[in-house]
Formats: sequence, structure tokens, C-alpha cells
Amino acid sequence: MARRAARRIGLILFVLWGAATLAFAGLRLVPGDPARIIAGGVQASASPAVLDAIRAEYGLDRPWPVQYLIFMGRLLRADLGASYQLNRPVAEVIGEQLGATLALAAGAVAGGLALAVALAVLTAGRPRARALARALEFCAISTPAFWTGILLLAVFSFHLHWFPVLGEGGVRALVLPWLTLTLSIAGVLAQVTREGMERALDQPFTLTARSRGAGENRVRLRHALRHAALPLLTLSGWVLGELLGGVVVVEAVFARQGLGQVIVTAVAGRDFPVVTGVVVLAALTFALISAALDVLYRAVDPRLRRAAT
Amino acid sequence: MTAATFTAARAVRSPVGPAVVLAGAFLALVCAAALAPDLFASAPDRVDPAYALRPPGADHLFGTDQLGRDVFARVVHGARASLLVGLGSTALAALAGSAWGLLAALGGRVADEVCMRLADVFLSFPSVLMALLVVAVLGPGTRNVTIAITIALAPGFARVVRVRGAVVRDAPYVRAAVNLGVPPWRILARHVAPNVLAPLLILATMNVGAAITAGASLSFLGLGPQPPEAEWGAMLAQSRDYFDASWTLAVFPGAAVTLTVMSVTIVGRALQARYEGREAR
Repeated sequence: MARRAARRIGLILFVLWGAATLAFAGLRLVPGDPARIIAGGVQASASPAVLDAIRAEYGLDRPWPVQYLIFMGRLLRADLGASYQLNRPVAEVIGEQLGATLALAAGAVAGGLALAVALAVLTAGRPRARALARALEFCAISTPAFWTGILLLAVFSFHLHWFPVLGEGGVRALVLPWLTLTLSIAGVLAQVTREGMERALDQPFTLTARSRGAGENRVRLRHALRHAALPLLTLSGWVLGELLGGVVVVEAVFARQGLGQVIVTAVAGRDFPVVTGVVVLAALTFALISAALDVLYRAVDPRLRRAAT
Repeated sequence: MTAATFTAARAVRSPVGPAVVLAGAFLALVCAAALAPDLFASAPDRVDPAYALRPPGADHLFGTDQLGRDVFARVVHGARASLLVGLGSTALAALAGSAWGLLAALGGRVADEVCMRLADVFLSFPSVLMALLVVAVLGPGTRNVTIAITIALAPGFARVVRVRGAVVRDAPYVRAAVNLGVPPWRILARHVAPNVLAPLLILATMNVGAAITAGASLSFLGLGPQPPEAEWGAMLAQSRDYFDASWTLAVFPGAAVTLTVMSVTIVGRALQARYEGREAR
């Protein structure tokens, strides 16, 4: 058990190091001079003396191995540096916006999981309901999140005036962005859950349960769903990892504050400390998610617990 | 053979369904629009302020946008950018991913470890973020978005090719070829490549849809082709500002992306079902 944990932590550290190094390498590959970006964009006319001063201040005049070591040393102390565009610590910039994004993402994951499980439990092994659900899921998967969002905006905000058009304004403003992400998540997860359920319903143990007098609901919820949970967990990990991408787009559609807007601004303005910060944060989130899934697998499937000891 | 596998095997042998035919026809139309957009509609950039924000009608099939440009012409001309990004990045990613995966599968233990840990790092953040990182380095534009999506997709291909490559590497027919003294490059070209290629092509087809969506998403965020070039994602982003005046602006480019992605997925799934049916028999 201790060895497994140590291996996990080692893997997390490795991935974090890799992601940070990748971001640093990207930063070095950039054509153009970071000092100019700091001085206010490529068009800004800064004198050579000012640019030199900026280079010295940010350590850009040192050879790159030294810069890399400094960058890594700071990262170890959880210091992400300062934004080029905003002249504020990156951790502060990200921290401020994290809440809005988390509220959206957590709500969407909960909604997506609930919808997917409900769809799967209700339609598994029932051909007509399944065909309908499959068609809906296929539409949900194929429609890009930005179009779903725009259509929802058109119908519910512009036409029916049920929800505010712009992103801010409390819980009511959260409904449509949340629904957009929920639909795309549920579409992906429902298919896999149903497949798992149907495989389980085909198994001898289902027949045994039925012959012992278990009702349809009990068979589905108590027996089959647990077997469907494993592939669902695996795919949930992937969905959670990809979620940040969806959040970026949805935040743009609904003009919401959040990490998405921070990233897009940073990418457009080549604000590398911020980009690096988000990359490291995303890699950390991803590593933690897969570690948590590992624990959950064991909780769901007793066979894995036995195999490990 | 359980009942489920029996019906699955029968389903594979059934003729191509109407959905696949429709999807194929739509894809053919999109390809035609990408290759020769002027056959369908010309002058996507012609500005006519007097005719701005008109609803769909006889003169302008899909209406006009805020500058009085014909939306139908712009949707037709937008096909090229989307297909270029979708097909281009998938093809490049499949190529790069194959080299990467084959190196891992055939290059010995050290190469395997290095290649696959590198893939782990690449896959440890969301593909959209990966693409954003690349665009941050290279700058916006169609070519750079294609490169960005290539880099985001390649590690996934590498993983599939490595698994498949390792299976083929240990297959009896490859061992036999080695024992017969067939030169390594010939084994690779004649025996390994064809057996790795089929699953790779299916994965590639399935990925084209994702690549088109990703490309349109980046354009939507303002990082793709720059105005005035017609592109579906960018058109949608602009439509947001003129929603009150003309909501149809948002319908057509979005429908174009969605129908294209759907068609690609339907065709990809049909191919996959065929391939798996053949494998099972």
C-alpha cells in the first residue's frame, strides 16, 4: 500500500515537472522578445534602455539553463511569478478567478453524472427508449459546446427572457452555462454507462438476483449499476481532465469571468507566466483526479482490493 | 456466443444504413464546397451596408451579416478552413503519433519508457489547453491552429500505435519473418505497418470530428483565421454581438460545424463496426 502511494506521488511529481518544463520550453521557443510584451505589447515603443532594464528585472538576460533553474526553484516554493500584462502575481490572478470556474465545473460534473446515470438506468436493455436516448446523446456529443451555448442563449435569454444575457448576476446567470456543459458531459458518459449496464444485465448473476425475487429496480440499481460504475469512472477521469477546455469555451460564450477568460487573454497577449501557471494547475488537477480515481476503483470493485494485497 | 454478440455480428453484415448514406452525401457536399466554393456561391467578402442583417430570403438564402455580407456564401467558403484544420491536423497527428508509437513499440525498453512517459506528460492536460499553449507560442492563424491541434492529438495516436505495435511485434508471423532472415525495414513495411494501419485509420476518422470541433473552438475564441476570412467558429463569435437584430446569424455556421462533425462520426462508426466485425470472424 505504501509502495503504491509512493509510486503515485512520484508519478504526480514527474507529470508536474514535465508540464512545467514543457511550458518553459514553449516560452523559450517564442519568436520575439518577452521584454517587449512586458513593456506593453509588440507595437509599444520602448527605448532600448527600458527593455534592458526589464530584461534584468525579469532575469531574461541570463543564459537559459540558469533561467530554467530559477523558474524551477520558484515553482518548488509555489511561486508562479508575475503576470507580464497585469504586473500582479500569477497565483493571485488565478486564485481570484478559480471560484467562478469551480462553481461552473463542479455543478456541470454533478449534473452530467446524474443525468448520465439516470438515462442509463432507465434505458438500458429497453430497445425503444434506448434508441431515442442514443439519438439524443449523439446530438449532445456532436454539437460543439459553443453552439449549444449560443442556441440556449438565443432561446432562453433573448427570446424568452428567462435568464440574464450576460454572465454576471448570481445563480440565475449560472444556469445556462451549467446546462451547456452538463449536456455535453452527460452525452459522453451515458453511452458508456448504458453499455456497462447492458453487459451486466446479460450476466448470470442478474438472473440469479431475479430468481431470488429481486425486482427490476433493485436489479438495475443494486446489481447492474455497480458493474457499470467502473467504465463510468474511467471515462469520468478523462471528462474531468478535458473539462477545463470546455469551461474555456463556455465562459467565452456567456462572457463570464473565470479561468477561461484569464487563459484566453494570456494566450492572446503572450503572457507566459500566466499561461505556465494555468498549465501547471491543470496538470496538478489531472494528476490528483487520476489518483482519486485509483482509490475509487478499489472502493467500487472488491476484486481490485484483493489483487493488491 | 451470447445473444448480444450474435446480434452484433448480424448487424455488421447488414447493408449500409440510411444514416451512413446521408452522412456520406453531406460530407461529399462539404468537400465539394471546400474544393470549389465558387460553384455554390461567390463573393463571401462583398460588403453591402445597405443590406445588413437581413433575415433569410430569396436574395440571400441564409440572410446577411452585420456588414451586409451573404451568410450562405460565407458558410460555403468557411468549409475550406474547417476541413483543412480537421483533416490536416488529424493526418499530421496520425503520422507523428505513428512514428512516436512505433519507436516506443520497436525501439527497445529505454525508448519505450521515454516515449510513453513523454506521452503521459502531453496527455496530462486538456487537449484544448495544449492547443492554447501552442497558439500562445506560435500566434493565431489557420496554420498555427492546425499545428496546435496536431500536437494535442498526436500523443493519443502514439498510445494506440504502441499497444497495437507491441501486439504485432510479438505475433507469430513477425517472429517467423525474423527467423527467415527478412531485413528489418521489410518486416516493418510489409508485416508491421499494414496490421497497425487499420485501427489507426479508424481512430483517425473518429478524431477528424474532434479536430474540427477543436479548430472551430479556437476560432471562436478569436485565435483562428483572422478576419475577414470566413470561418464557422469565427462567424459564430461575431454573431453574438448581433443577436438581438438577427438570431439566424448564429444558426447556420453552427449547424454547418455540427452536421459536419455528426457526419464524420457516423461514417467513422460505420467503418469501425465493419472492421470489428471482420476481426471477430
